Amino acid sequence: MARAVSIRRKSLNTFWAWLVALILFFPILWTVLTSFKPEAQAVASPPLFVDFDWTLQNYRDVQAQRAYFGYFWNSVVIALGSTGLGVLIGIPAAWSMAFVPGRHTRDLLMWMLSTKMMPAVGVLVPIYLIFRDLGLLDTRTGLVVVVMLMNLPIIIWMLYTYFKEIPGEILEAARMDGATLGKEILYVLTPMAVPGIASTLLLNIILAWNEAFWTLNLAVVKAAPLSKFISGFSSPEGLFYAKLSAASTMAIAPILILGWFSQKQLVRGLTFGAVK
Amino acid sequence: MSTRSSRKAARLMLSPSVIVLLVWMIVPLAVTVWYSLLRYNLLRPERTGFIWFRNYTNFVASPAFLSSIVNTLILVVGVLVITVVLGILIALLIDRPIWGQGIVRILVISPFFIMPPVAALIWKNMFMNPTNGLFAEAAKFLGLPPFDFLGHAPLASITLMVAWQWLPFATLILLTALQSMSSEQIEAAEMDGANALNRFWFIVLPHLSRAITVVILIQTIFLLGVFAEILVTTNGGPGTASTTLTFLIYKEALLGFNAGTAAAGGVIAVILANIVAIFLMIAVGRNLDA
Amino acid sequence: MGRITLAGVTKRFGETEVIPPLDLEIADGEFVVFVGPSGCGKSTLLRLIAGLEDVSSGQVSIDGRDMTEAPPAQRGLAMVFQSYALYPHMSVRANIAFPLRMAGMDKAEQARRVEAAAEVLNLTAYLDRRPGQLSGGQRQRVAIGRAIVREPAAFLFDEPLSNLDAALRVGMRLEISELHKRLATTMVYVTHDQVEAMTMADKIVVLQAGRIEQVGSPLDLYHRPQNRFVAGFIGSPRMNFIEGPEAARHGAHVIGIRPEHVVVSQTEGPWKGRVTVTEHLGSDTYYHVHDTGLAEALTVRAPGDGMAAPGDEVWLQPDMDRIHRFDANGARI
Repeated sequence: MARAVSIRRKSLNTFWAWLVALILFFPILWTVLTSFKPEAQAVASPPLFVDFDWTLQNYRDVQAQRAYFGYFWNSVVIALGSTGLGVLIGIPAAWSMAFVPGRHTRDLLMWMLSTKMMPAVGVLVPIYLIFRDLGLLDTRTGLVVVVMLMNLPIIIWMLYTYFKEIPGEILEAARMDGATLGKEILYVLTPMAVPGIASTLLLNIILAWNEAFWTLNLAVVKAAPLSKFISGFSSPEGLFYAKLSAASTMAIAPILILGWFSQKQLVRGLTFGAVK
Repeated sequence: MSTRSSRKAARLMLSPSVIVLLVWMIVPLAVTVWYSLLRYNLLRPERTGFIWFRNYTNFVASPAFLSSIVNTLILVVGVLVITVVLGILIALLIDRPIWGQGIVRILVISPFFIMPPVAALIWKNMFMNPTNGLFAEAAKFLGLPPFDFLGHAPLASITLMVAWQWLPFATLILLTALQSMSSEQIEAAEMDGANALNRFWFIVLPHLSRAITVVILIQTIFLLGVFAEILVTTNGGPGTASTTLTFLIYKEALLGFNAGTAAAGGVIAVILANIVAIFLMIAVGRNLDA
Repeated sequence: MGRITLAGVTKRFGETEVIPPLDLEIADGEFVVFVGPSGCGKSTLLRLIAGLEDVSSGQVSIDGRDMTEAPPAQRGLAMVFQSYALYPHMSVRANIAFPLRMAGMDKAEQARRVEAAAEVLNLTAYLDRRPGQLSGGQRQRVAIGRAIVREPAAFLFDEPLSNLDAALRVGMRLEISELHKRLATTMVYVTHDQVEAMTMADKIVVLQAGRIEQVGSPLDLYHRPQNRFVAGFIGSPRMNFIEGPEAARHGAHVIGIRPEHVVVSQTEGPWKGRVTVTEHLGSDTYYHVHDTGLAEALTVRAPGDGMAAPGDEVWLQPDMDRIHRFDANGARI
């Protein structure tokens, strides 16, 4: 039961909480503000907060220079493709482990998680060469596959923890009612697990969108997503603050908004149900 | 609920995931181990041959190796300490009754969703830049000389950036754990005469221990692979001041074109990561309800 | 038709044998109750019949056809689960129709059967609700509805009433009995509650540690328990057991006498003791009698309000024809 708190106390708490929150959020806010400044005012000293000449010029410049939408589209394809593919092969696997657990299920889950700990850089050279030989370098297909493999353990873990909460008796009831395995998964398990599957999709789209090792190393131009787009602004172009800010805003806005919607599920999702 | 047929179906449905992960793990690793025993420079493919462990000795003997291990440790441990300590404090703050908690949560979690290279570029240029950055402006305002963060304290600066990105994650998890705590426990402790500090130390902190171990596990998985932040800010420099093991191998491979040595470094990284992984799995694994 | 035959059925989980070789014949139209303490293997046995678990060896046949390897869907059985196992994302109507939909029945026939089942179970008003909006008793009815629409060869019930409160339980018990009378379909019912077993069953199967202790009609088990376990399990309050010289006097290792087969007197009787606790139920009174020198405590029933109070000395007169005698292995003599 929440206890009654004096207004004064609550005001004080609110002040500190908002202060901390705004400090943490400030770099993002500042970037968005700067993206609307003329280049000259972006480096004004002392800095200008809102009293500058608001402009969209930076966005136009960035798009003209670097064809933002090509990168954006690659990011969309990689994030959705890898997550969709991962969920597609993750659902049957999670079903198996959640509803037909064996003696080695736990070990298997731990092993899957441990593949996430494999330093990607350790296998960069062979993957690079294999991709070169298979003609997958700088292709969206290649990146979809790699990013899917990166996130598959997390996808399976998340689905597994959500599935575990569905009582096995309901699936047994479906079996007694004459449902085949396919129908059991399609008509009973999946609809019941929709919230879990949705948050798995959401979180992994975010992780895939922000992936910045394989995308930076395996993409050049054709398949390059936004991580590559933004890395192009590392010096000296980065000194054009307003343009850099516009580009940054364009790179993060879609996923930031998606993230706000997912933050409720984020905790239990990314801690695999260990913290709810 | 298992019959022979359902177990068979389970094996069948599990196999695609297991096979792709196994291939993803084993094939590149086997190739890496193989390369690591060869003389293999991407620019001089004609010079080949089996050289046993010379790549390893070269990699380990280079002065950059030891410093890269130390740098990796500093980065990972630094970020863990900052995020866990500040995370607890912020979570305690937000957990109290405040106005607009929903918006505060959204503001706090936002940095987590920022793509690493974007975060790094924002910090590098707009905050840490010694001439135009906001920190320099602040220093000017206070009458202090501006400080070249990435030039003089590259590793600490990168640690700060990465901590900024992961602090929201730790905070949110700890906040969720705090909210699952029964207020009766706190009230009972109050009845037993525990003051605020005692309550935190004896009741709240133990309650958070599971969440803390999970934060450490998950963050370590991601922190060992920190890459883009270094790439777009310092490129590992000045010198090797901010070169982590990950970045050292990357430089060896894609900048030095020395596939053999890079592969040796990769194998070492894999071994070290596995040591950390085993340690973490033992320490933390039982906290995940598999 | 719904004749179920188990022949030499066993079940092992890894090294542990939960069901040693077991034979059982369930006749068509019979109401059979599996009863026993928790962990006795009664639910496992039901799941073996359902096909939700494989038998480790032996044969399960339904109407003379070997179903040992058949998946649950092909056995023609319907099951009502302890948790009801309703599909939370479907309306009551869709829940009841689900087995028909899986069987590929045409829509009009599905609707007709669902309506008919809802009529029988008083669910017509709730057809468009979700299970989450129903009370426990209503959910139970939906689960039964889902089972009856298929017109199965037999119904399997896995402790269906254990999640209901006491009052509802009595009502549902009657409803299920009535349903059985109307449908005359085989029902196999698992419970740990011997009252349910006694009131509903045509035939009770008492299980302990996976073994069948006795099969028989309720009164059979009450009057002629084959062993000490069944004697103690069936009947409430529990039968009193007396060892030692008193048992030897009757030529047995142990003798048992039910509380209701002892007359309490304040003046005379072969056994004497002191009342420690009295339990007034209105219709009856139970006395817990200590210091008899026969057993730790004896429970006896007196009709009506009774007249002894705690601390009183009482004399007990057992009905000698109703004494059950058991040997050292617990078997009936």
